[in-house]
Amino acid sequence: MQKDKSLKVAVIVFPGSNCDRDVATAIEFIIGHPVIMVWHRDTELPSVDLIVIPGGFSYGDYLRCGAIAANSPIMRAVKTKADSGMFILGICNGFQILTEIGILPGALIRNVNRRFVCKDVLLRVETTNSIFARKYTIGCLVCLPIAHSEGNYFADKATLDRLDDDDRVAFRYATTEGKADMSVVNPNGSVRNIAGIYNDTRRVLGLMPHPERLTEIALGGIDGKLMFKGIMEAFL
Amino acid sequence: MIINKSSPIALDVIKAHGLTTEEYQRLLSIIGREPNITELGIFSVMWSEHCSYKSSKKWLKLLPTTAPWVICGPGENAGIIDIGDGQAVVFKMESHNHPSFIEPYQGAATGVGGILRDVFTMGARPIANLNALRFGDPSHPKTRNLISGVIAGIGDYGNCVGVPTIGGETNFHASYNGNILVNAMTVGLVQTDRIFYSVATGVGNLVVYVGSKTGRDGIHGATMASTEFSEDSDEEKRPTVQVGDPFTEKLLIEACLEIMSTDSIIAIQDMGAAGLTSSSFEMVSKSGLGIEMNLDSVPTREINMTSYDIMLSESQERMLMILKPNNEEMARAIFEKWELDFAVIGHLTDSGRMVIKHHGKTVSDLPIDPLINASPEYDRQFVAVKKRQMINIKNVSIHPPIEALKTLISCPDLSSKRWIYEQYDYRVMNDTIGLPGTADAGIVRVHGTNKALALTTDCTPRYCVTDPREGGRQAVVEAYRNLSSVGALPLAITDNLNFGNPEKPEIMGQIVEIIKGMSEACNVLDFPVVSGNVSLYNETNGEAILPTPVIGAVGLIYDIKKISSLSFKKDGDIIILLGDTKGCLGSSLYLRELCDSEDGAPPQVDPNLEKLTGCFVRKLIFENNVTAVHDISDGGLLVAIAEMSIASGIGAIINAPQNEMLSHAWYFGEDQCRYVLTVSPDLASIVLSTAKFNKISVQVIGKTGGDSLILNGEEGISVTELKQLNDYWLPDFMESAS
Repeated sequence: MQKDKSLKVAVIVFPGSNCDRDVATAIEFIIGHPVIMVWHRDTELPSVDLIVIPGGFSYGDYLRCGAIAANSPIMRAVKTKADSGMFILGICNGFQILTEIGILPGALIRNVNRRFVCKDVLLRVETTNSIFARKYTIGCLVCLPIAHSEGNYFADKATLDRLDDDDRVAFRYATTEGKADMSVVNPNGSVRNIAGIYNDTRRVLGLMPHPERLTEIALGGIDGKLMFKGIMEAFL
Repeated sequence: MIINKSSPIALDVIKAHGLTTEEYQRLLSIIGREPNITELGIFSVMWSEHCSYKSSKKWLKLLPTTAPWVICGPGENAGIIDIGDGQAVVFKMESHNHPSFIEPYQGAATGVGGILRDVFTMGARPIANLNALRFGDPSHPKTRNLISGVIAGIGDYGNCVGVPTIGGETNFHASYNGNILVNAMTVGLVQTDRIFYSVATGVGNLVVYVGSKTGRDGIHGATMASTEFSEDSDEEKRPTVQVGDPFTEKLLIEACLEIMSTDSIIAIQDMGAAGLTSSSFEMVSKSGLGIEMNLDSVPTREINMTSYDIMLSESQERMLMILKPNNEEMARAIFEKWELDFAVIGHLTDSGRMVIKHHGKTVSDLPIDPLINASPEYDRQFVAVKKRQMINIKNVSIHPPIEALKTLISCPDLSSKRWIYEQYDYRVMNDTIGLPGTADAGIVRVHGTNKALALTTDCTPRYCVTDPREGGRQAVVEAYRNLSSVGALPLAITDNLNFGNPEKPEIMGQIVEIIKGMSEACNVLDFPVVSGNVSLYNETNGEAILPTPVIGAVGLIYDIKKISSLSFKKDGDIIILLGDTKGCLGSSLYLRELCDSEDGAPPQVDPNLEKLTGCFVRKLIFENNVTAVHDISDGGLLVAIAEMSIASGIGAIINAPQNEMLSHAWYFGEDQCRYVLTVSPDLASIVLSTAKFNKISVQVIGKTGGDSLILNGEEGISVTELKQLNDYWLPDFMESAS
């Protein structure tokens, strides 16, 4: 099996993170060497190529999802790195933190039905122009799990138009026929069925679905594996 | 506030603490004086039914608790079984019935929190949660809100802590209208050389409090007017339901597992029911030592807390540890890293007494061993339960099978529980195999290996009420079948025995018979009980719940490539019915849902035959001879087949044997020890002949294919319609106006 030594990954660990081990295990299995776990009180990041902000309930999600984490010492360092072009992947709670700190636009609010929802959903790949989506094809459908109470993406019209115009919507919730227009009922009420977005340099991806949860046949699928393989091969 | 030691305890205060006059007299003779209010509080919780099992102890001794693979049976925080490779599984189930009825969200949430602590206190990382829920009649005005609160409470707690909730059961019956059941089970994984127990040893070792601060929540004595023991008596009754904080629990898990990876902990115990009192007493009673504690050092979150408050608080997310003195600073650093309270509140002594100080005064000085050893054990009166007669199936009205199936598949008990499990994060930890509803048991991989655990909870209360002995047996064998159906070797069980008032001889009769039935089945199946919980007094206005002995079971899968699920896999597979069909409709769902009767003797259980058949099924799965397996239980054969169709979208053609039996008995009888299998046509003859060789009844009843379920080439229903009927009852019910 091809094992690439060059991709270095850090996973941020907050008190209350609970997908930190999951994403680390999934990435390590794919890249073949350990990732670095970084504690929330640290003020400096190790020298890496990719920072992952995992899912979970950072600081209990008290106040507002991701709000306290966005003010943690390590996130100040992440913000600086983001400004200088670091690759960052925020999954679920990580996406919420990235919007709270302003690295990504918009906000993730309470699901429309006000319930936690855990299920596998279909996503339409909207663009492949990033290291995260380079192994997918535009318009293809991928199956990834969601598990959240606050995954309802919201932004003002100008922001949404800009995301669309700049081709920065990464994934939309879609039907089995690949439809993702206004008529589609998505699992959390997200505006324009948005499940994930890029920042303006396309180096930061935030998404509610969990790619790390479907990287093995034994767990039900490998659609998430392609994201990590793509990142790894970009650094070959 | 200072307790006046000399003031005698009033009779009504003794009664309000749930102690009988005889129990109070016994207490006086042990300590040789009148207790003060703090001491009375300590006695009352130590001798409560919850802590002492005084009504059930005599009968629980009948249950087998040992096997070569059992590392730790009942008596510790949870049971432990060996799964090889230096690994062990720690598990237990516990009820939180009453709190969940009073305040469904917090009651259910703290139920999950408590059972998680029972497991990680033994050194195990929790890897799966299950829950067995019983709600009242859907038409009862409270049912909808109770479901909504309980599910959100279970989900929010487990989801935040990051432990997948992977299985369980939800039933409805009017007997639970005023007394729902919330039974939560946690399963954890531990290295066999890293197991922690609660025996406090080593005079001079430190007694350390970690976790959340102590508040006044959950103090049982809140039923009393506080004027009777407090000067500042405007503090009226406080809510007795505790409030959970899963975020703190998550930190506590990580901090405890981190300190457990060092060699500094002597013993550890969570503060569950009866809080600091029972945790400290239990830890020292096991070693014969004494303990001296200073309550001034206990982290509190309210001002002016009395020693009574502190000793009896049931604030959540707290643990008590015994540490070697020279490890204090290292341990403190770990808990400070996780931003949790850490306080040395006392030390172990050789006095055999519990001495508690507060504000410079000794507020309690009690002998430990006599207190624990003298805890009452009752041999309560019981009368044999009047068993129901076998019903004559000729007197049961016959509905067209497809019409009856439509009613059954959409009835509350059999309808899809998707609305529930989609609120649980069943994938976190990334080791969940198979989605909810696709197999007879939930499955989690043992992290980093090719092994997996199969987990299930089972009980059929309607059998337990019409024939407790058979009902007790049946709960055990159904768990055994569910594990066998996925290819897992059944290893051990935990039980959660929910009953009415044991002081009524007919309730005690149910308890005795059910435990005997369970014991018989467990003995035959080599299926020991390694942990459990008894919940009594589940009654409202004198009406008891159906007897509900829930079995939580654990099985081992040696290779995750050898697992079976219940969905049909492809067109053209042969459908085989394994086991003997007698057509028993007594106490069946058919009778209840279509004939409005809950009468009749339930199906008989033959544990020896269950063992033989279960072994045979596991062998078929292990040798890759079957494509799908589903055990036959609630609703009978046709419901089982419909579920296999719904899970896959693939139809089936079923040929009922002609003239053998009345159709409703054949399709909907709930005879035990049966499975539906599908096999590739080329393997069918081998499977049939080996079954016959093993003297197991077997018959081909149809084949898979198409998009409809067709009976005898005539009646049919599309799988799409079946799925809709099955899917929509619960969401429609939850979203309709109350």
